[in-house]
Amino acid sequence: MIIHSIFFYIFSIIAVFSAIMVTISRNTVHSVFFLILDFITISCLFIMIGAEFIGMIMLIVYVGAVAVLFLFVVMMLNVSKQKNEWLGGEKNSNHIPIGLLISGVIFFELIIVIGGWKYKPELFKTFSSIGIDLNSTNTHEIGKVLYTDYIHLFQLSGMVLLVAMIGAIVLTFRQREGIKKQSYFRQISRERNEGVELTDPKKNEGVKIDV
Amino acid sequence: MIENLNILIFEIYKIFLLIIPILTAVAMIVWLDRRVWAFVQKRRGPNVVGPFGLFQSIADALKYIFKEIIIPASANKIIFILAPIVTMTLALIAWAVIPFSEEIVLANINVGILYLFAVSSLGVYGIIMGGWASNSKYPFLGAIRSAAQMVSYEVSIGVIIINVLLCVGSLNLTDIVLAQKNLWFIVPLFPMFVIFFISALAETNRPPFDLPEAEAELVAGYQTEYSGMMYAMFWLGEYANILLMCSLGSILFLGGWLSPIDIYPFTIVPAPLWLIIKILLLFILFSLVKAIVPRYRYDQLMKLGWKIFLPLSLTWVVLTASYLFYFNLLPVN
Repeated sequence: MIIHSIFFYIFSIIAVFSAIMVTISRNTVHSVFFLILDFITISCLFIMIGAEFIGMIMLIVYVGAVAVLFLFVVMMLNVSKQKNEWLGGEKNSNHIPIGLLISGVIFFELIIVIGGWKYKPELFKTFSSIGIDLNSTNTHEIGKVLYTDYIHLFQLSGMVLLVAMIGAIVLTFRQREGIKKQSYFRQISRERNEGVELTDPKKNEGVKIDV
Repeated sequence: MIENLNILIFEIYKIFLLIIPILTAVAMIVWLDRRVWAFVQKRRGPNVVGPFGLFQSIADALKYIFKEIIIPASANKIIFILAPIVTMTLALIAWAVIPFSEEIVLANINVGILYLFAVSSLGVYGIIMGGWASNSKYPFLGAIRSAAQMVSYEVSIGVIIINVLLCVGSLNLTDIVLAQKNLWFIVPLFPMFVIFFISALAETNRPPFDLPEAEAELVAGYQTEYSGMMYAMFWLGEYANILLMCSLGSILFLGGWLSPIDIYPFTIVPAPLWLIIKILLLFILFSLVKAIVPRYRYDQLMKLGWKIFLPLSLTWVVLTASYLFYFNLLPVN
């Protein structure tokens, strides 16, 4: 138990430290790396409380895909030239009050939820009718809840993602004209007698090639 | 407290027992790769150092150790040094969950396959960090290419893993192997095995998909600025990743440590040896592909990943699920 709590505190300290570093580090790329470190420590914390499925999904989705895109954008746009300097900078940023307000609201909400969970545990049971089988793995349990009681919400979130994806494609799609495209089928099915043509050019006129 | 300490020491002992053979295997596999490659092209390959040139990799490693590590003046030093370490670490920690037999496994966790998938998807960071921190054109282009390539092919590997999981009903690697006791998954899921193999080539940046380090265009891609031991770590990590992909393929499709036929002469071969034989077979396929196939163009690579492999494997998921549902074969526990 002591080792368990030692590890818990190590991970929490790293998580809080890297979360702070995300906002105060001066190089944007470093910020993204700290964000990745934060994701990894959070997934370690999930695994420590026995939610190994959520921990792994966190790693795959956030670290393996979302953060790669963040990193991609930050590197491609060369945002690293713009120094992040709200801490120790000359001029104060006017985003700080809004940020503080939002984080205050989130903190308050968390207190309400966790307080209710701690002091009124019977409240938790009224939301879900499914008993949790402690012998089966949490992957199975999540599957049972997700595909029975919450199937509509689950499908709906899939639809929202699909619409978002199609929207992003439609917004960025441009029909470009006058560009040459390669068609594998045409390239492979080209015969020798189509590729070579014998002509008899006239003097001072040459051959007109239209490919 | 003393008991805990004993457990800790025993665990560390087991980790060393796993890591040292893997590092040796990586060195040997580099030799094998070069020999197979040379064999296909009617050359001799490394045959001077030691018997059959077996110590070539060790000689190379010694050379790398004694070379100077050069860090470019404009590089981002911390990330530049971290990149090879990340690649190497990620390539090694994934081995913790690989089952060598029913008993021989370092960590038999419930979500083993997800762990492997997560670790292999983290592998892209070593490359991006190396490419970006070098602060130079070629490494950066290599890193960008590699990131796009690995992210695209991971998607189809994930879908292929779902195919296998549908037939198993568990995320545990030992369960996945045991489910193949009667029939290896390569038989019903053969098209998926082919797609997995090709995606694994792309995921590990092997030829014909070695665009991140295409030497004709990008010098050496993300490794251009690296030298000495740091280069060697990238290189070891890459080969450890290839071995990992081979072992993942043999666990998912070739029945892991199970013997092909359950009769007398095959059953006396110890289980880990079967896994090693399968990994080696897959690896020789990897090297053969390297020797005989020309490099893909980048747009062809993307087209193959997104327009051919992804729809094909998604369709196969629907097919597998319908088949299992219709014939009432779904694994329910």
